[in-house]
Amino acid sequence: MKKIIIYIFISVFCCSNIIAQQIKKSTTGDFILKNATIHTVSSGIVNGDILISNGKIANVGQSLNKPTGATEIDCAGKHIYPGFIDSGTRLGLAEIGSISLTQDHRELGNITPHMKALTAVNPNSVSIPVTRVNGITTVITKPSGGTLPGTAALINLHGYTPDQMAAGFECIYMQMPSSGKRGWWDRRSEEEIKKEAEKAMKSLKDTWEQAKLYAQIDSARQKSDLPMVSYNPQLASLVPVLKREQQIMIEANKKSDILAAIEFINDYNFKAIISGASESWRVTDSLKKYDIPVIVGPVLSLPARGSDAYDTPYELASMLDKAGVRFAIRTNGDENTRNLPFEAGFAATYGLGTDKALRAITLSPAEIFGVSEMYGSIEEGKVANLIVSDGDPFEMKTRISHLFINGWNVPIESRHTLLYDEFIERSPGVKE
Amino acid sequence: MKNRYKIYFVILCFFGWVSLPAQDLLIKNGTVLTITDGIKENTDVLIKDGKISKIKKNIKAKDIKTIDATGLFVMPGIIDAHSHMAIDAVNEATNPVTAEVFVGDAINPFDVSIYRALAGGVTISHAMHGSANVIGGECETIKHRYGESDPEKLRMDGAPRTIKFALGENPMRVHGEGKRIAPATRMGIEQEFRRSFAEAKIYNEAWANYKSGKTNIPPEYNLRNETLAEILNGNIIIHCHSYRADEIVMLMNVLKDFGVEKICFQHVNEGFKVAPELAEFGAHASVFSDWWGYKFEVYYSTAYNAAILTENGVVTSINSDSRELIRHLYHEAAKTQRYGDLSDNEALKLITLNPAIQLGIEDRVGSLEKGKDGDVAIFSKHPLSIYTIPMYTIVDGKLEFDRESDAADQRLDVNPNESIPAFIEWQAHDHEHDGCMYGVKCKH
Repeated sequence: MKKIIIYIFISVFCCSNIIAQQIKKSTTGDFILKNATIHTVSSGIVNGDILISNGKIANVGQSLNKPTGATEIDCAGKHIYPGFIDSGTRLGLAEIGSISLTQDHRELGNITPHMKALTAVNPNSVSIPVTRVNGITTVITKPSGGTLPGTAALINLHGYTPDQMAAGFECIYMQMPSSGKRGWWDRRSEEEIKKEAEKAMKSLKDTWEQAKLYAQIDSARQKSDLPMVSYNPQLASLVPVLKREQQIMIEANKKSDILAAIEFINDYNFKAIISGASESWRVTDSLKKYDIPVIVGPVLSLPARGSDAYDTPYELASMLDKAGVRFAIRTNGDENTRNLPFEAGFAATYGLGTDKALRAITLSPAEIFGVSEMYGSIEEGKVANLIVSDGDPFEMKTRISHLFINGWNVPIESRHTLLYDEFIERSPGVKE
Repeated sequence: MKNRYKIYFVILCFFGWVSLPAQDLLIKNGTVLTITDGIKENTDVLIKDGKISKIKKNIKAKDIKTIDATGLFVMPGIIDAHSHMAIDAVNEATNPVTAEVFVGDAINPFDVSIYRALAGGVTISHAMHGSANVIGGECETIKHRYGESDPEKLRMDGAPRTIKFALGENPMRVHGEGKRIAPATRMGIEQEFRRSFAEAKIYNEAWANYKSGKTNIPPEYNLRNETLAEILNGNIIIHCHSYRADEIVMLMNVLKDFGVEKICFQHVNEGFKVAPELAEFGAHASVFSDWWGYKFEVYYSTAYNAAILTENGVVTSINSDSRELIRHLYHEAAKTQRYGDLSDNEALKLITLNPAIQLGIEDRVGSLEKGKDGDVAIFSKHPLSIYTIPMYTIVDGKLEFDRESDAADQRLDVNPNESIPAFIEWQAHDHEHDGCMYGVKCKH
């Protein structure tokens, strides 16, 4: 008898352990979030409920009826925000910084616009859950390296294949040849830097001229129904940009490089976004004149020149806002993209204000990427990318309690939380 | 042209000399976060001759420079236990053991990073040798006296000697992979320590024998062994770059065998896995708030590290290892309230009293107490809020940063080879990792 009791005891103990170790999975279905403070971004703050159905925000209002089968989540005292959008990362393409075989963002070659970031996004990257538990639901992930390193993609941070993650926007990514120093280690003279930049610029212009020619030949060929003469994926991938069917994101940071980028945009009549843009505050007139949207960040970075004020990067977003330039904020991050709300918080503190900083990581990027029908605010019909928190998500003390991506209720769990759970009270401890 | 610079230099030196005597300052009516004695509302802090002389309400003092801190938060100057700024050399990457070199020989008082750190409330940093070597050089604890041109003036007089050790991938990459000499593994790293300490012990004994008359011939003087012997004698605090749990335990075992007690593990990303062992040894930990994933040995780490270490009773600090991150250590400390449940005071200790303890200067700085140095940071809102702005930073009673009168260009020297100050791409948009590897050429 005693033995049986012991067996029962052991088996119950083991079962509870197994249950505790079960992996949490995302769940789907209808959800109703009750009695929350809803930060819509598009139309102010309202108190009420949100109904999620079929992955979309089905309704926003007061005292909504709970549909049968829907899961009710009490959000009294809680705040709901649209999921944050990071307008520039390498998430999914970069795993372990120092191990090159885990880096999928940098293909060989200088002109490789046919490289598609979406192809190499690792849906199981450990960084993805680490990022989303801080409220970032959607990011641009972009290639790097050469002048035309590839095609960037907007992805949702949930799904088991790149296709499940694709969020409906891709753009060619171009890095303006820099006339600045690469880093403190760059010992090239001003003359050498200038020469190299001019050479790179010429090669870039040649590429676009070839693409133009390619587009002309190709459209003539199509009209007269002739067969393809050669395979040139580089130039073929640039044609939609020349036809204004696809946007181009151009990385330019130094003032003169931004001006060169603007010239490029006007010469080729691109639908363009300028990213990086750390000296955009010096050229706000041109940016406003041609209505070119800008993506800035990281906010937490060093002033680019020794003579710049210490707070220039913190105040950049505010300066653009005051000048009437459209902008969004990015981290330019990989494993620490989770800091996006804090980067926005710094911009908020240094002149931008909380509401505009929130917009710069939600609705503004959605507008810039042309996906504001689906993302960026809490409105009926939009994709249910939502976060529920116990306060201002820019404050470090605030905790996020629920996360919805494409209507999936995603567990607030990552390698970092799991290691905490395992080690906060380690067993065996030191004496055992 | 050259002469003009000389004149500037002389003027600069003159002002440096005149302004050196520490100053008197009265900070009126702030919310004072003392760290060791609670929060005091509407309280004044009086600094006399560079030292805190009173913390009370309504202090009356005549003819004294006064800061109105009404509505502001007054806390001890922030201390960074891991930095590589304000030095012209970081790594003597020529041998796995270079205990003979000293970062204090390469102090650069003109580094504008010092001003930028002051603008983040940081008054003291630990200028460290890099992590290329198993036993690197000695480090220097510096006060952020920006404007001084004499490197000597930046040293914090009386701060204990410290030395840099390094475990794991960096020394393995530089020496094993790069030069094909040991150590190429963590096994090899252990033996570098055992050999170095054993030789230093023999050296110590040889000198003791000579001094006591046991032997007649003096041993050969060896600066490397001099330094190592002082570690064995307990006169130098070890600051060891480390990541993985096993290597942390390895070094504690080596130190036990040689009777060495004073150690602060740096970075120590997997410290949370051996927190009970660290606590039992009495080792300290100086960590990043959230850096991880930039190499394999930090892939299995967690941003909850500082919280777990603190809960286990390990004296823990949050450091920067970066000219950028040092500008917002208050924000990094606040992250322990998202990644863990630290109280406000526990979080603030991570960047004040605890790094002071790790550098052996806690009797002078790290809290606002009568008799301590007049190192103070004043914030617009609570320093752990995202909406706070550092407004004033004071070192030894001298106002070193004042946001109201902050001019853009704060350089003390200019590069004569540049027509305009260079634009540095990397600073504008890249994230810094492995500041410990400055100056090391190796395949990556």
